Amino acid sequence: MGGSQLLFTWPPFMARLALAAAVIAGVAGAAGACSRKAAPAPEARLRIGLVTKTETNPFFVKLREAAAERARQQGAELIALSGKFEGDNEGQVAAIENLIGKGVKGILVTPSNSSALVGAIKRARDKGILVTALDTPTEPPDAVDGTFATDNRQAGRLQGAWLKQALGGRAAKIVMLDGVPGGGTDTQRHQGFLAGFGIEENDQAIVGRAHVYGDQSKAHAAMENFLQAHPDVNVVYTINEQVARGAYAAIAARRATGAILIGSIDGACTGVSDVKAGKLGATVMQFPTRMAEQGIDAVVEYARTGRRPAGFIDTGVQLITDLPHPGLEARDTAFGLASCWG
Amino acid sequence: MTTATGTRWARLGLARSGVGPLLALAVAGVAFSATTATFFTADNLSLLLDQSVVVGLLAVGQTLIILTGGIDLANGAIAVVGTIIMARHAPGQGAAVSLLAALTVCTALGTASGTLVARLRLPPFIVTLGMLAVVAASGRLYSQSRSYPVDAALLVVSGRQLPLGPIALSHGVLGLLLVYAALWYMLRQTAWGRHVYAIGGNQEAARLMGIPVNRTLLSVYAGAGLLYGLAAWAALGRIPNADANAYQTANLDSITAVVIGGTSLFGGRGGVMGTLLGTLLVSVLRSGLTQAGIDALYQDVGTGILVVAAVAVDQVARRGQK
Repeated sequence: MGGSQLLFTWPPFMARLALAAAVIAGVAGAAGACSRKAAPAPEARLRIGLVTKTETNPFFVKLREAAAERARQQGAELIALSGKFEGDNEGQVAAIENLIGKGVKGILVTPSNSSALVGAIKRARDKGILVTALDTPTEPPDAVDGTFATDNRQAGRLQGAWLKQALGGRAAKIVMLDGVPGGGTDTQRHQGFLAGFGIEENDQAIVGRAHVYGDQSKAHAAMENFLQAHPDVNVVYTINEQVARGAYAAIAARRATGAILIGSIDGACTGVSDVKAGKLGATVMQFPTRMAEQGIDAVVEYARTGRRPAGFIDTGVQLITDLPHPGLEARDTAFGLASCWG
Repeated sequence: MTTATGTRWARLGLARSGVGPLLALAVAGVAFSATTATFFTADNLSLLLDQSVVVGLLAVGQTLIILTGGIDLANGAIAVVGTIIMARHAPGQGAAVSLLAALTVCTALGTASGTLVARLRLPPFIVTLGMLAVVAASGRLYSQSRSYPVDAALLVVSGRQLPLGPIALSHGVLGLLLVYAALWYMLRQTAWGRHVYAIGGNQEAARLMGIPVNRTLLSVYAGAGLLYGLAAWAALGRIPNADANAYQTANLDSITAVVIGGTSLFGGRGGVMGTLLGTLLVSVLRSGLTQAGIDALYQDVGTGILVVAAVAVDQVARRGQK
């Protein structure tokens, strides 16, 4: 009882103590800042912000590592923030506002939703900050100073074209495992696939379509249910390799692995290994390190000369498969394993 | 018979846990069997059971906690950490050791929530919301953002099929049924079970009656943690790959199953058999609507309506009891 009595009386005192300490520290800090400003800093360290969709997807981990490394080489400091999950628009807006407050010269952002961040991005640019999109374009695209990204439509198109060729002349029964409804990348890959496969959105050949949010357990359950409804599925489009892994588990459990072709996109090392093992037919590799490096270079250039990048700068994609088809430029899994990420 | 007695009968029927979900399950089953050719097949029925294993195990732990008037938002995250521990350490330390380590960690995480709820009397919603953030983030740090394939036979044993006549049941399904039977017995036939209900009904009254409230609460959260560990084990039998991004909505899925199963979110009423039916009902809806060619988003609409309907029924039943 005495303990809890103490607990109840202490906080106000502690709070006052803490407040006093904070005030003293603040005053000292402000004084310090003033004096530092008075004497011109010999070399003000260039600060660059990075806002990724999540901290967990290996793609963004690789992107962040590459950005940090390039920033270090350029003598800049990287502040990396992120949303909490795919689609966490509020988290990304808060991250951008945070970075504005920290006085960064440039912000590299991978927007979860193409249009949700436009307001926050405008506030940053109004303060003279260079804002560049990585990996995912904004809507409208000119809301940012240039976009360094995979051409996701092209990535989808390559997956579709390879699956079409691998299927040969057989009639297609397609399952499409998409990511997030309304996601920019997700939509572009989806449409690219349709174009590459040579079909329309509501083609009869598409027997199932589900949004599985990049969650292998959701992809697994969705694929199981589609296989029940349509045991003759022979083509599976997947938004990324985690989803492909869930789909593969469902197909393997039905011992249908020979009859069903799976294509994917990303080029993570585990994904390329799955292609090598024959679990996936092909994957389309993208290059996060190039996005990060070119993005950092753009901010450094802007700080030095004031020049801003503009438009869409394609960082390239590469079809990876051990079953190439004529007329479709591809590299094998040996190349894939040498240049994969994550 | 007057309208009043009619309503009373309806209320009594609704209040009996399990009747509502059983009816809904029967209706859905008949409807999908009639409208699609692929729903009522031996193969699809075994699949439905398989799809219910992981959420079913999470939901049985969730039921225990909700019966005490609590809630657990961290259960999916705890199970995911379990899968990562098993998958990461199986190659080095062996499957048995890594399985034991994962079950221990999951139980410990449940116990941690339980301690905060029982000893510090913090609200379970807040405790497990915090736990969710901590565990999910730690799991991702610990996994180093990689996913880990599993091939140890012990860890994927729940996926092995056991042919029983025309249908094949997996070890996971048998384990699930065993767990539900055991907890049904414990809740109905033991003093511990009566204590759980009493605490959920009225914690202060339970305390005054001399029921060891703290100890019981702690055992509930620790036991739930162990069940989440079993869910993790079963998850590897489903997909032999541990991934920190999996089961992101499993916490809400488990709450959905419990609520549809007729357990009151206010605690003290309901039971595990309702939860089993609730879990099956969600799987049946998802499967049946897929067979019927209905867009996945409508499946979520259907599940959402069911949840609200179940809570409305619970409210009506509560008022009926007063």
